[in-house]
Amino acid sequence: MATILYALPFLLQGFLITLWVSALVVVFSLAGGLVLGVGLVYGPRTVQWLVRLFSDCIRGIPILVLIFVVYYGFPPLGIAINAFWAGVVALTLFKGAQVIEYVRGAISSIPKGQMEAGKAIGLTFVQRLRYVIFPQAVRRFLPPWINGVTDAVKGSALISLLGIVDLMQSINEVIGRTYEAMPLYLLGAFIYFAINYSLSLTSRFVERRYAYIRD
Amino acid sequence: MNANQQPLLKIDDLRKSFGQANILKGIDMAVNKGEAVAIIGPSGSGKTTLLRCVNFLETYEEGSIRIDGQEVGYRDGGNRQRRGETDLARMRAETGMVFQSFNLFPHLTAAENVMLGLTKVRRKPKQEAREIAEHWLKRVGLDHRIDNLPSELSGGQQQRVGIARAVAMEPKILLLDEITSALDPELVNEVLDVVRQLAEEGMTMLMVTHEIAFARDASHRIVFMDDGKVAAEGPPKELMAQAGSNQRLDAFLSRFRTSHLH
Repeated sequence: MATILYALPFLLQGFLITLWVSALVVVFSLAGGLVLGVGLVYGPRTVQWLVRLFSDCIRGIPILVLIFVVYYGFPPLGIAINAFWAGVVALTLFKGAQVIEYVRGAISSIPKGQMEAGKAIGLTFVQRLRYVIFPQAVRRFLPPWINGVTDAVKGSALISLLGIVDLMQSINEVIGRTYEAMPLYLLGAFIYFAINYSLSLTSRFVERRYAYIRD
Repeated sequence: MNANQQPLLKIDDLRKSFGQANILKGIDMAVNKGEAVAIIGPSGSGKTTLLRCVNFLETYEEGSIRIDGQEVGYRDGGNRQRRGETDLARMRAETGMVFQSFNLFPHLTAAENVMLGLTKVRRKPKQEAREIAEHWLKRVGLDHRIDNLPSELSGGQQQRVGIARAVAMEPKILLLDEITSALDPELVNEVLDVVRQLAEEGMTMLMVTHEIAFARDASHRIVFMDDGKVAAEGPPKELMAQAGSNQRLDAFLSRFRTSHLH
């Protein structure tokens, strides 16, 4: 117990870093994945092909390899990047590729007639997406996406391997000083679980909220 | 109809193919303002494709479709450049379309379905759009369903919302694509009554239909399509009379004489 009280201030800092990294990854991957996902469904053939290539490549690489590739691979290309941003970029690429697939799946589930009905009343492409397609697709998009957010939180623990003092790394550091591994790892596991369980609850709530459309 | 008035819809030598299959093989057609024209013909004759070309849901490469003198899918000028997205949307707003499968927006109420085009395309204030929506929903007999979601409506009611959504935009021409084909038989008439009334009030209409009796009663002119071409056309009575001399038309109509017309 004393160990845990001693550890908490250190863990709090790591916890905040973990949340910050997760938030950045979630926002960037959502924005990028939405655009590329729409490109994959509606874009010209070359765009579709490029997005498909990107998504398949990224999803075929272990996330840890991706992190090291960005961290060690970008500087020789002349792109200066520190450990923190290397971690964010790598996780964003990984998450973004998943978002692309969620977007594709959600949009493809909308019947073709919806786009046509939108065209027929004179809506432009952007208006059709905004008022017709997205409000319907969001119901299919949200549950897997929120589950994906929990992946991002868990996956962010890997950036501790670049020496970033996130929740995982701060646990390791405290263990380095106290030599009490088990209680601290349990505590860490509990904190990760608490974040992700609350996300899962949100996901279930959202699913119920958007249940208005009959299949 | 004034003889030297230019037709509202003018289709000239329209050709369309999907890969190797020629669907439309040179269609010429004209629809005057206030006229209701029915297109009949066997499946695969190109009726629906023709209708979908009129609001550019299908692209056409050869020939011309003009509404009020303006080419539908391509910019004016000789080099046949496809209209841009905004331009195309503006052209499409001039036509209304009612679909076989209704295609109502399932996340919006009946009123919101009608209002979407009014607020986003016609840029009307919400209040005014709501009044127009209520007006048209009452006109199609849905006073009590204005704030219901499509999933809470019967097929016939959904299709009447579809009609209200299209006519509320005050299109120059209304396109109806087999609008009763997906309905249970007992719901067909409530939809056809609405269309009949619109025709009587002078709404310009081009409709693809399998309801021969309806085409005969409600349209000013019937076009019989066969194998991607206009095989016969004329006022309903004249067309029916042509059946004796036109083998394909006779064969097509005889199916309905035995089964549908009673």
